[in-house]
Amino acid sequence: MKLYFVLIIRRQNYFYFSDMFLTSAIKYIGRYFILLGKVFRRPENMREYVKAFWSDLELLGLNSLGIVSIISLFVGAVVTIQTAFNLNDPLIPNYYVGIATRESIILEFSPTIISLILAGKVGSNIASTMGSMRVSEQIDALDIMGINSASYLILPKIIALIFFNPILIVLSMFLGIWGGYLAATFIGVVSPTDFLVGIQSDFNSFYIVYSLIKTVFFAFLITTISAYYGYYVKGGAVEVGINATKAVVSSSIAVIVANYILTQILLG
Amino acid sequence: MAAIEVHNLKKSFDEQEVLKGISTTFEKGKTNLIIGQSGSGKTVFLKSLIGLHQIDEGEILYDGRELSNMDTNAKKSLRTDMGMVFQGNALFDSLSIEDNVKFALDMFSGMSSSEKTDRANFCLEKVHLKDVNNKFPAEVSGGMQKRVALARAIALSPKYLFCDEPNSGLDPKTAIVIDNLIQEITQDFDITTIINTHDMNSVMEIGDKIIYIKHGLKVWSGTKDEILSTDNEDINDFVFCSKLFKSIKKNL
Repeated sequence: MKLYFVLIIRRQNYFYFSDMFLTSAIKYIGRYFILLGKVFRRPENMREYVKAFWSDLELLGLNSLGIVSIISLFVGAVVTIQTAFNLNDPLIPNYYVGIATRESIILEFSPTIISLILAGKVGSNIASTMGSMRVSEQIDALDIMGINSASYLILPKIIALIFFNPILIVLSMFLGIWGGYLAATFIGVVSPTDFLVGIQSDFNSFYIVYSLIKTVFFAFLITTISAYYGYYVKGGAVEVGINATKAVVSSSIAVIVANYILTQILLG
Repeated sequence: MAAIEVHNLKKSFDEQEVLKGISTTFEKGKTNLIIGQSGSGKTVFLKSLIGLHQIDEGEILYDGRELSNMDTNAKKSLRTDMGMVFQGNALFDSLSIEDNVKFALDMFSGMSSSEKTDRANFCLEKVHLKDVNNKFPAEVSGGMQKRVALARAIALSPKYLFCDEPNSGLDPKTAIVIDNLIQEITQDFDITTIINTHDMNSVMEIGDKIIYIKHGLKVWSGTKDEILSTDNEDINDFVFCSKLFKSIKKNL
C-alpha cells in the first residue's frame, strides 16, 4: 500500500514536471516566433538599416576573421597529422591523408565547428549587447521613437551573418587545407605531393554546396537565438550575463541538431 | 479638450495588480507631475500611457483618439509625436551626442544632412549644451547626459513629452536646471508634459498639475498651491515628511 502511494506521488510529480517543461518550451518557442514576426517587417528607413548592416558586418563578420583563420590553420594541420598517423598502413596509399583531411575540413570542421565557435563569439556579443540595451532602456527608447526595435536591431545582424558566414567558412576551408599542406611540408607526416594529389582526388563539388547551405542555416540560428535571449532580458547586469550564456548554449545545441537534420536531408 | 485623457486604467503583472483604475486628464501646454512613493505604480502608469505596457482595462485617449484602437501606422505616427526622457537617460552609447540627437531625425524626418545637423544644434542649444557634439555619452557628466536626453526627446518637435524621474541622481542645483529646462520647453513649444518624480523641489518649482498615486490609485490631484493648503492626509504625509518641508508648512 505504501509503495503504491509512493508510485502515485512519483507519477504525479513526473507529470507535473513534464507538463511544466512542455509549457515553458512552448512558451519559449512561441515567443521566439513572435520575435521573428516582428523582425521581418518593412523597415521604417531602408538607408538606416543598410547603415546598421555595414556596422554589424564589421562587428560580427570582419572581426571574426582572425579567430577563424588561426583556428582553421592549426586544426587543418592537426587533422593532417592525426590522419597520417591513423592511416599508417602500407596497404593504404599516402594520398588518402589528403582526401581525409579535405573531407573532414569541408564536410564538418569548417561549417559546423567554426559555426560553434562563432556561436560563442558572435552569439555572446549579440545577446550581451542587446541585453545591455534592454536593461538600460535603450530598446524602450527606440520603441518610443516609433522604430520597430526588434527589426532595426536584429534584421541587419541576420543579413550580415547570412552574407558573411559563408565567406568565413570558405576561407576556413582554404586555410584548413593549407594548414594540412604546411604540416605535410614541414613535419613530413606525408609528402606534399601526396597531399596535393589527395586533395584533388575524388572531389565532389556538392560537398561545398552542402556545407554552405548548412552555414546559412547556422548563421540564421545563431543570430536569432542569441538576439532572442538578449532582447527579452529582464533585470540587470547579472541577468545579461546569464542570458548571454544561455544564448551560447542554446544556439550551439540548435547548430548541432540542425547539422544532423540538414545532413540527413542533403546527404542521407 | 484635454490633450491626454485616461479612464479607469488597470494593469497587473501576473497576480499583482499595480494600477487599480486610474482616471485623469493632462492639459496641453502644462507641466503635469505624477508623484508617489517607490513602488506606487508611477513608472508603470507612465509606460502604460506611452504604450510600452499593454493595459488590462481602461482607455487612453490622445487628442480624442484611443491608443488601443489605433492601427500600426497610426501608432507609429503618434510615437513620432512623443518624446521621452528615461530615468537612466537611455542614450545610445555607441553614438556621439550629436548622432544621438539626430537619430530620430535620420529615421523619420527626410531632412538633408545639413538640416539635421542644424536641428541637432538647435536642440542642444535649447538645453544649453555647446561643444559636446562629438563627445560620447560616457564622456560627459550625469547632468549633461540628462540634457542630451532632453534634446533628443524634442528633436522631432513632439506634442507630448514624458520624463521618468528626470532628476534622479542629480544634485539639487542641476536638478533645478533640468526642471526649468523642461518647463521652458513645455511653454515654448506648447506641448503636454508628464513627469514622474519623487523630487518635492520639482513639485513646488514647475508643477502646473500634480497627481499623487498610492498603491496603484490616484489619491489626490491639484496644483502646487493647492498642495500647501490641502487637508488630505496621504498627500501631507508624503510631501511634508522631511523636517524642511514640515517647517515650511508650519510657517505657512
